[in-house]
Amino acid sequence: MTGLGPEDWQAIEVTFRLCLYTTLILLVIATPIAWWLSSGRSAGRVAVQAVVALPLVLPPTVLGFYLLIVLGPRGFVGGTLEAMGLHHLAFTFEGILIASVIYSMPFAVQPLTEAFNNLGRRPVEVASSLGANAVDRFLTVILPLTRGGFVVAATLTFAHTLGEFGVILMLGGSIPGETKVLSVLIYDHTEAMNYDSAHRLSLMLLIFSFITLFIVYSMTRRFRVARV
Amino acid sequence: MSLSVRAHLKRDGFDLDVDMDLPLEGVTSLFGRSGCGKTTLLRIIAGLEKVRGAHVRFGGQVWQGDRQFVPLHRRRIGLVFQEHSLLPHLTARDNLLYGYRRTPKQHRRLHLGEVAEMLDISALLDRPVDRLSGGQRQRVSLGRALLTSPQLLLLDEPLSALDTQTKREIMPFLSRLSGEAGVPIILVTHAPDEVERLADRVVFMRDGRIERSESLKQALARPDSPLFADEGAVSVLEGSLGETGERGLRPFAAGTTQLWVGAADDLPTGRSCRLRILARDVSLALDDPRRISIQNHLPVTIERIDPFRDHRCLVSTRTTDGQLLLAEITMRASAQLGLAPGVPVYALVKSVALVG
Repeated sequence: MTGLGPEDWQAIEVTFRLCLYTTLILLVIATPIAWWLSSGRSAGRVAVQAVVALPLVLPPTVLGFYLLIVLGPRGFVGGTLEAMGLHHLAFTFEGILIASVIYSMPFAVQPLTEAFNNLGRRPVEVASSLGANAVDRFLTVILPLTRGGFVVAATLTFAHTLGEFGVILMLGGSIPGETKVLSVLIYDHTEAMNYDSAHRLSLMLLIFSFITLFIVYSMTRRFRVARV
Repeated sequence: MSLSVRAHLKRDGFDLDVDMDLPLEGVTSLFGRSGCGKTTLLRIIAGLEKVRGAHVRFGGQVWQGDRQFVPLHRRRIGLVFQEHSLLPHLTARDNLLYGYRRTPKQHRRLHLGEVAEMLDISALLDRPVDRLSGGQRQRVSLGRALLTSPQLLLLDEPLSALDTQTKREIMPFLSRLSGEAGVPIILVTHAPDEVERLADRVVFMRDGRIERSESLKQALARPDSPLFADEGAVSVLEGSLGETGERGLRPFAAGTTQLWVGAADDLPTGRSCRLRILARDVSLALDDPRRISIQNHLPVTIERIDPFRDHRCLVSTRTTDGQLLLAEITMRASAQLGLAPGVPVYALVKSVALVG
């Protein structure tokens, strides 16, 4: 009834797996980075802030190109893996996962940094004076008070990874079940003049992205109100 | 108990250089103008400001040493900040219990019931924080800090964000705190009246340095005391409140000296308290005038006379029980009456304020 073929379903599965893993990994990585960025101003912080934001301005092909070189068989990372008897990361799911994590980094770090800035240090200092250790403070004070920032970060990361194309094409190629994600499949369908299939998938992505952003923006509004 | 702090900090044109050894008993006030470094010093004591090379020792515990840094959550310090700092996602009760639950059972000396009663917040426990007034929030913050049964209570200008009315509402709680909770308190403030109400000891800070540390009595005995910068010279008399009022006034006894003060009927009899008297509200007379509206006439003896500002002088006198009472009068009046050390006079006190 949906008119989707097995190839489409496979791409959907790869895409959502990629989005989910990227989001989970980024929440873990971005939280300490955002906390550090929000805890003062220094030359080091500004530099890190700029590096994190790079994917926003760089053409995806540039990022993809460098990653291909580093993760590929002759690159520093890929070469080391090969030397250890493992496989290099170009044209693999792990490869595009690493690329996605880097490419979507600003979408996780920036909302979290803003949330931590809004929170300020006072609630955390209060919790320390009341005997809470770092993990305790994170779970009982930081997390509940910045939950809006985490929701926004997770949703934006997921949605942005969904829309990735250039980096994946450069680094992952188009291997079904491994690196062929929806955006790449749509490109393939179009190249093959297969407009009906391209249409169906495009519309699906469009609607899904709209709903996601709609939810995010309605939530940021609600959380902003709740903060006051 | 004593606290010693050695710290040097240079940052953005601000220079803090402190080396102090402080006996801690009752309320110690850290007094100085805004920007003199008192909050920074408090944060170093708390461990919120990690200054390289600093040494902080409390009693026998080294909180910060050469290779040692005890984080705040293990120092067992109660902290109360200037602005409202309740955790907004918790009710008043859960705020109060946040620290209590994290305090090992063997350290718990105070419990929710008694603290809530002491601070009169029992009726507020189930309210969300945003439905509490400024004064109620500060009382809950105090209670929250007390419920960790701290070894030391640090109060960073806890009253300065409150209006006068609310301040008046909290002061009595603060002044009872140290005695009833049995915890030494360090109170950061730039308000002389808070020092005069609450402190037993004053540490004067200026430009990142400690100028001197002395008892409140000593601090009030100097005509050039920084405490006199705003309102002029002030005396604090200690004594206790007598029974039954007469037309809204109640007797206050300090040794053999007795004054009439305006005090509410519900204040318990016999409670020790302080009277704050501005030197310019005190006149001196050689005889005891009978037909005069001023109610409080105290026989005192002049101890010394110091020139003050604008052709006025500050006369230090001793009450019959040996407490210091300052009178600010003109040079002309002093010469006319022939005032000199050793002369017995009557101090006519125009107005007194019962504090703490």
